[in-house]
Amino acid sequence: MKSVVVRSVSKLWGEARAVDDVSFEVEQGTLAVLLGPSGCGKSTTLRMIAGLDEPTSGSIEIAGKDVSGLTGSSRGVAMVFQSYALFPHLTVADNITFGLSVRGTPKPEMAARLDKVAALLGLEPLLRRKPSQLSGGQQQRVALGRALIAEAPVCLLDEPLSNLDAQLRQELRHEIRALQQRLGVTMVYVTHDQTEAMSMADRIILMRGGKIEQNGTPADLYERPANIFTARFIGGAPMSFLDLDDGAGGAVIAGTSSPPLFAGPGKGRVLGLRPEDIAVDDAHKSGLLHATVTGVEYLGAEALVTCALGDRSILARTRGAAAPAIGAQVSLSWHPSAAHVFDAASGKRLTIDSHAATPTPRLHTLHYQGSINA
Amino acid sequence: MQAKRTTKLNIHVQGWLLALPAVILLASFTHIPAVVTVIDSFYSTPRGRVPSVFIGLDQYQAMLADPIFWRAFNNNLLYAVVTVPVAIALALGMALWVNGRIKGRTALRLAFFTPTILPMVAAANIWLFFYTSDYGLLNQIIRAFGFANVNWLGDPATALWSLMAVTIWKEAGFFMIFFLAALQQVPPDLYEAARMENAGRFTVFRRITWPLVMPTTLFVAINALINAFRIVDQVIAMTGGGPNNASTLLLFYIYQVAFSFWDSAYAAALSTVLLLVLGSVALAQFYLLDRKIHYR
Repeated sequence: MKSVVVRSVSKLWGEARAVDDVSFEVEQGTLAVLLGPSGCGKSTTLRMIAGLDEPTSGSIEIAGKDVSGLTGSSRGVAMVFQSYALFPHLTVADNITFGLSVRGTPKPEMAARLDKVAALLGLEPLLRRKPSQLSGGQQQRVALGRALIAEAPVCLLDEPLSNLDAQLRQELRHEIRALQQRLGVTMVYVTHDQTEAMSMADRIILMRGGKIEQNGTPADLYERPANIFTARFIGGAPMSFLDLDDGAGGAVIAGTSSPPLFAGPGKGRVLGLRPEDIAVDDAHKSGLLHATVTGVEYLGAEALVTCALGDRSILARTRGAAAPAIGAQVSLSWHPSAAHVFDAASGKRLTIDSHAATPTPRLHTLHYQGSINA
Repeated sequence: MQAKRTTKLNIHVQGWLLALPAVILLASFTHIPAVVTVIDSFYSTPRGRVPSVFIGLDQYQAMLADPIFWRAFNNNLLYAVVTVPVAIALALGMALWVNGRIKGRTALRLAFFTPTILPMVAAANIWLFFYTSDYGLLNQIIRAFGFANVNWLGDPATALWSLMAVTIWKEAGFFMIFFLAALQQVPPDLYEAARMENAGRFTVFRRITWPLVMPTTLFVAINALINAFRIVDQVIAMTGGGPNNASTLLLFYIYQVAFSFWDSAYAAALSTVLLLVLGSVALAQFYLLDRKIHYR
């Protein structure tokens, strides 16, 4: 069942299109992340789902009902604000029960629900404190409690972890995801942090400039990025992009003596490779490419190796202990299915070479050839 | 050890030297006169060649038996009890209004603030015109609705209330600025959080806005209270305390006793009482401000 349906929604601030004809659906009981750089329209989209802003055009349905003209609790949504928006003059308990008391919920029921939420979030010892006497993480929990106590079917979170330190962020990430799954609520979660999105989401809706770039599972976005923007945005270390050129046997990497990567033209196409997909070997070993190491970023368990390839550079990931020295000659190789090819002009993904689990025979051969050449 | 003590002493000397200009000004114009006033109130007024003599609490006993003192005191109390809450309510109302997104709110803010810029004597003269019995603005309006003329400042029943109206008119705009500042300190997120719960406007005011501007309200209330006991210029300009002392206030009575009747010792005793009143208001302010009204 669809919990939230956003149907060609646009939001104009004067001339500026903050959100431009956006449509997506969120299944009940799942966590959808609205991801994107700042100013991409993700927060505006969330505010429109909350009912804090009205869309200029388009419609929003929650639990199958058009909710235009309704706000917050009356459309069945609760929200956690980036700043937590806790009432500084009220105790934790009063903050959490604020919505219930506004709606005139009887006292005994209010107390029972408060106990339940406090137990869920571990807030029991803090109930009589004021927000200013809490740490950032505790304030975040209170904000979460205030959203959950309403038992609204949809919970919206606007960058809820952005004001916390890295350690706490990781803890709360797990906690929020676990809560969401345990309570079976639908969550729409806004963030600019792709790690947060990848680790929490059932579905990621990646936005840029008010438009959706890609909507899919985290694995979809990682394995089959629909365009260069998605490819660049998703993934820990940035993907390397190399221009392709027409070669004798097919497309080759421009400016290098690389073997042909696939049949067909290479001009106007871009090859994208994730650092973790590239194997770095000694120069005398077989490989698709030869390159010079120009930089090593040692991170402990792993190292990020920057290699010069003509005037382009390419990033590869190795085990920390196995990182080559700067200036060393190395050979680089990757599995054909790890290669992403995009159209240089539009940035769109091209499906020339199948990235399916089984590489095409031709690619096999080419790979093999490459090895012989080396 | 010796050297250390010397530098410590030096620092104290330096500190006092830096504070000296302020200390001299405060002492010579505030503290010493206050103390001297209290001392003078225990002596009789020197007249001609009769020097003042110590008479203990005689002045205060006379004061307790003085009907005009009680009139002034009660008038002043009523003045405070009425003007302070009304001015605060009006100020907060105006601040809420001009804090909203309305057209021409800068002009509106300025309009509300204008009475504050006017000197009291000028404002008093404007209101004298409003209150004039024949061609006064108020009476013209009243007559248009078919009511009889009211002699606002000449009737003991209305004189004090007419003065109160001027004070409220003049102070509300000033206090509005404080409330406006306080309202703008409230994070807009809080209102959005309340909107998410579909809280009505009155609920939002009662549960969020009012408690959050409470420190400002207290600050304004204390200041308004002190002002209410210090008002003298508009009494002088508008009614002269009359008719039949109906609009006499404490400070005006002190002024009369001291500079019309030249009974300086009795005026000193009256001033001491006023000093006590204002002192206790100030004490209440410190006590309340330090307590839980500050939620941070």
